[in-house]
Amino acid sequence: MGSPIKIRAKIKDDIAEVKALMPHPMESGVRVDADTGEAIPKHYIQEVVCKHNGNVVTKAFWGTGVSKDPYMAFKFKGAKPGDKLEISWRDNTGDTSVKEITFK
Amino acid sequence: MRLQRRALIRSLIAAAAILAVPRWLFASRPDKAFDADNADTVISDLFDSPLIESDQVTLKVPDIAENGAVVPVTVSTDLSDVESISMIVDNNPTPLVALFELSPQSVGEVSVRMKMGESSVVRTVVKAGGQYYTASKEVKVTIGGCGG
Repeated sequence: MGSPIKIRAKIKDDIAEVKALMPHPMESGVRVDADTGEAIPKHYIQEVVCKHNGNVVTKAFWGTGVSKDPYMAFKFKGAKPGDKLEISWRDNTGDTSVKEITFK
Repeated sequence: MRLQRRALIRSLIAAAAILAVPRWLFASRPDKAFDADNADTVISDLFDSPLIESDQVTLKVPDIAENGAVVPVTVSTDLSDVESISMIVDNNPTPLVALFELSPQSVGEVSVRMKMGESSVVRTVVKAGGQYYTASKEVKVTIGGCGG
C-alpha cells in the first residue's frame, strides 16, 4: 500500500474544485545512485482514477515526467455536500493507494 | 423450453445494450505513447487527425522555471465536449507527461506539476468534440529536473 493521498475539495457554485497531493518518489529511471553508480529503477504512478459517488469523473495517465510527490487539480459539475469523492492511484510496480472523502 | 430461450435472448439483448460503449468511456493507458522518445511520435501515436492551433485553449506555465524538477502547468479551455487534455514536453527523454481523460461532468481545466530536464517547448492538446486543439509555449529552465 502506497502513502496516503491528501485531498482538498470544496464546492463553489455547484462546481467541485479538487486538489490532491500524492506522496510518491516518481523515479524516472534516468537517475543514477551517486554512491553505487547504479541506475535507480523506474518507480512512478501510471494511473489516477477520480470517482464521484462511484462514477469516474476524471482519469489521469502519467509518464515519468510528473514531478515527485505529484499534485493535481481538476473540477467537475454536479457535486453536492454529502457526496463521496474517491481518488486512487496505481504505479508501475503494481502498488496502489486509495482515499475517499465526503464533500462538506 | 421456448419461453426459456426467449428469456435468454432478452437477457442477451440487455447485456449488449450495457456493453455498447459510450464515447466517454475511459480508455486504457497508451503505454506506447508514454514510452516514445520524441514529441512527433507521441502526437502521431495519440491523435488521428491534425492538431488545430486554438486560442480557446489556455496553457498556463511559467516563462522561466527556476527549478525544472517542479514546473506547474494548468490547461483550461472554453471548448465544449472536452474528452481529454494532454501535456507534452518536447525535450524531455519521454515527452508525454500526462493525459487526463475527462467525463461529461468535468470542467475543462486540469493542473499538474511536471519535470523538465532542460528548456523546451511545452504543448497541450485538448480533444473536444472529436477534434484536437493545441497551444504551446517555450519554457526556459534554469536548473534541470532530471539529474536530481
